[in-house]
Amino acid sequence: MRARDLLHTRPEGLYCPPGDFFIDPVKPVERALITHGHADHARPGNGKVLATAETLDIMGIRYGEGFAGSMQAATLAEPMQIGDARVTFHPAGHVLGSAQIAVEKDGMRIVASGDYKRRADLTCTAFKPIACDVFITEATFGLPVFRHPDPVDEIARLLDSVRQFPERAHLVGAYALGKAQRVIRLLRDAGYGETIYIHGALAKLCDYYVAQGVDLGPLAPATIETGTKDQFAGAIVVGTPSAFADRWARRFPDPVACFASGWMRIRQRARQRGVELPLILSDHSDWDELTATITETGASEVWVTHGREEALVRWCALNGITAQPLHLIGYEDEGD
Amino acid sequence: MRRFAELLDRLVLTPARNGKLTLLVDYLATTPDPDRGLALAALAGDLDIPSVKPAMLRTLVTERMDPVLFGYSYDYVGDLAETISLVWPETSHEEERHDPRLSEVVATLQRAGRSDGPRIFADLLDRLDIPARFALIKLTTGGLRIGVSARLAKQALADLGGKEANEIEELWHGLKPPYLPLFAWLEGRAEKPASAALAMFRPVMLAHPVEDRDLETADPADYAAEWKWDGIRVQATGEGGVRRLYSRTGDDVAPAFPDLLEAMDFEAAIDGELLVGSPSATGSFSDLQQRLNRKSVSTKLATRFPAFMRCYDLLQVGGEDLRPLPFAERRARLEALMASLDPERFDLSPLVPFGSWEDLNARRMSPPHPVIEGVMLKRHDSPYIPGRPKGPWFKWKRDPFTVDAVLMYAQRGHGKRSSFYSDYTFGVWAGDEAAPELVPVGKAYFGFTDEELRQIDKYVRDNTIERFGPVRSVRADMKSGLVLEIAFEGLNRSTRHRSGVAMRFPRISRLRWDKPPAEADRLETLQALLPG
Ligand SMILES: [Zn+2]
Ligand SMILES: [Zn+2]
Repeated sequence: MRARDLLHTRPEGLYCPPGDFFIDPVKPVERALITHGHADHARPGNGKVLATAETLDIMGIRYGEGFAGSMQAATLAEPMQIGDARVTFHPAGHVLGSAQIAVEKDGMRIVASGDYKRRADLTCTAFKPIACDVFITEATFGLPVFRHPDPVDEIARLLDSVRQFPERAHLVGAYALGKAQRVIRLLRDAGYGETIYIHGALAKLCDYYVAQGVDLGPLAPATIETGTKDQFAGAIVVGTPSAFADRWARRFPDPVACFASGWMRIRQRARQRGVELPLILSDHSDWDELTATITETGASEVWVTHGREEALVRWCALNGITAQPLHLIGYEDEGD
Repeated sequence: MRRFAELLDRLVLTPARNGKLTLLVDYLATTPDPDRGLALAALAGDLDIPSVKPAMLRTLVTERMDPVLFGYSYDYVGDLAETISLVWPETSHEEERHDPRLSEVVATLQRAGRSDGPRIFADLLDRLDIPARFALIKLTTGGLRIGVSARLAKQALADLGGKEANEIEELWHGLKPPYLPLFAWLEGRAEKPASAALAMFRPVMLAHPVEDRDLETADPADYAAEWKWDGIRVQATGEGGVRRLYSRTGDDVAPAFPDLLEAMDFEAAIDGELLVGSPSATGSFSDLQQRLNRKSVSTKLATRFPAFMRCYDLLQVGGEDLRPLPFAERRARLEALMASLDPERFDLSPLVPFGSWEDLNARRMSPPHPVIEGVMLKRHDSPYIPGRPKGPWFKWKRDPFTVDAVLMYAQRGHGKRSSFYSDYTFGVWAGDEAAPELVPVGKAYFGFTDEELRQIDKYVRDNTIERFGPVRSVRADMKSGLVLEIAFEGLNRSTRHRSGVAMRFPRISRLRWDKPPAEADRLETLQALLPG
């Protein structure tokens, strides 16, 4: 069995002929396997959808109950037969419900990583490396310059700034699914017990995380009740990055603009966005983790997708691993 | 080193002065000696450490990683220091690396010799984390420009100890990094350090501009007037053989004016204006420009454009501090001192006699030299007070020159103004009276309101006759065209402009929609303003 007979790209996305399904298709298809709930991976309008129960719930929250013809929940680490292909979901450590998908036939195993990270994250199940012949890795931060610092240190920087500027509100931009809840959870782990204010767009997903057993502590909507700006002095407010460019942000007193993202590693990115306190906090693997993971899977061949392919392909070549970029269109990550 | 690195990163991204101040004070309050003093010196550009060449850095990093991967990385980040800080291979595990103190890093760098420099530098990089590597590289490649002025640093020290910034200013030049006695005093652990330095800087006294009603209630008899020269305000200080020439912010500018320094054989501190030429023939503004913004100067240039000082005030003579004395007394002491100074390098700023404000106003409007920008008013009884106290001193500037010119070209602006034609080239009439043509005489991009900007932008779009890139050529002839009243501070001769004149500080003072372009000014009007 040749690898490309088991999985190859089509305009709709990554296609498996023996199982007649697509992984994370960008256009509606008959049968879709979804790695996780970020909007560039999970889209509405497919016929049958197979994903983890959490991912299905998240899609329901974001797109409404009728987001697909029919849904089936996949259990992690339990192989299932789809047509002539055997499929197993494994945890990816990216956001709640995120999974890698292993596809096998005739002794050939390909693992599609989806998005993944290796750092500890109390809001989702940790990544598990899966031995395989071909590893399809994401490369959102696939350049040696991306090295994420310890999240605990980044949260300490935020709390330091809250101490330094008690009269100002700290506005933390964080993607709605995963990052926002992780920031809040990290703040709790650092001993921050105050009410954290959240933008309306985060409410449902935060509620869902709490329902799934992720303790986020006291949360309140970031709306003005008493009619004074001072209400938010010294507070931490979490919202989607787009909300902070909005008029919504004007309600806060002399805010400190923070942004929690792996891109904040590059100073110019912070400057361009007018970020005053960049928090380097990513739900993706950094360069060292990408290369370590490739080694751990033992894959003899690597397909690189989703980001900066050329550097990882180069690294594979230097390390005697066959590699090629897999040009998939339509993935502009929502949750970096 | 981590805390210093964090401070740098935060200072760069914090736009407000108050925010920067908070960060600085917090750092100084929570960082031990001698690290905080060294950090302060680094920010103020006073830290003496060996520099590192970018080429050496590149070599170090490409010995350690694939040059192709380095190339991808550098292309992406764009800044060499930042790229190297990020890609530097981490040999030890994060937990095993301890965070060296800034003082340790500085001492290591200072010990490094020429031959073992690269190895020592690489060892340091191995021990630091990413932000600290960035700080180290910026520190040693001289790229530590982060918007912290010496003034801001001194303000932070003042805030730390609940003192006045001027007190710090006075002490500053006598202190060396890491400023241990200064911190001890600021924290109440020791007496105020004596101004140990010879020829220290004395914070200067500045004047408020005269505003609408200021003179109505003031009695002319209480004030002395002198010309306000548009040179460089300096403080020349000699003490115990040490000579210093300070700018008004306390920076030592002596290296740029060795000719003046040589003549400073006095034991005194004189406040005055540095000018070019000689006391009997003050040079023009463009002569002065030959000597501005230079770190050093050639003998040839110093001979051709000699520097001299026009003295305004006397702050110290021998061991005596004159600043508490009234201006009239200080002035008398200054006059007495002048006799002992080199007359080619020092002269006394003459007083301008006047009887009434009207009288003085008339003199202000027609000063005897083009490098005069107005008059100074000083109360006879005013002590020398650092800063800008309201009342004792005023500056009364000559009104700007104005000229009516015609809009010729408009260029799109930048940033917020990128959708507007906001940079304007204007001209005046020249040549044959019967068939004159417009020659460009300057460019202006401010002086108008947002509403006026919209009006001019519309006018430009409606009257475009040609386009080249971001520039539009606008209809401008005797019959149709937009007349702009341009205000400016003075004129220089220019060989670079076809008109032969260059305006200083031109801006649009009024839109003359009412004025026919044929009635705009002629080049001769401007030429008459050129210094002889
Ligand atoms: Zn993605
Ligand atoms: Zn994702």
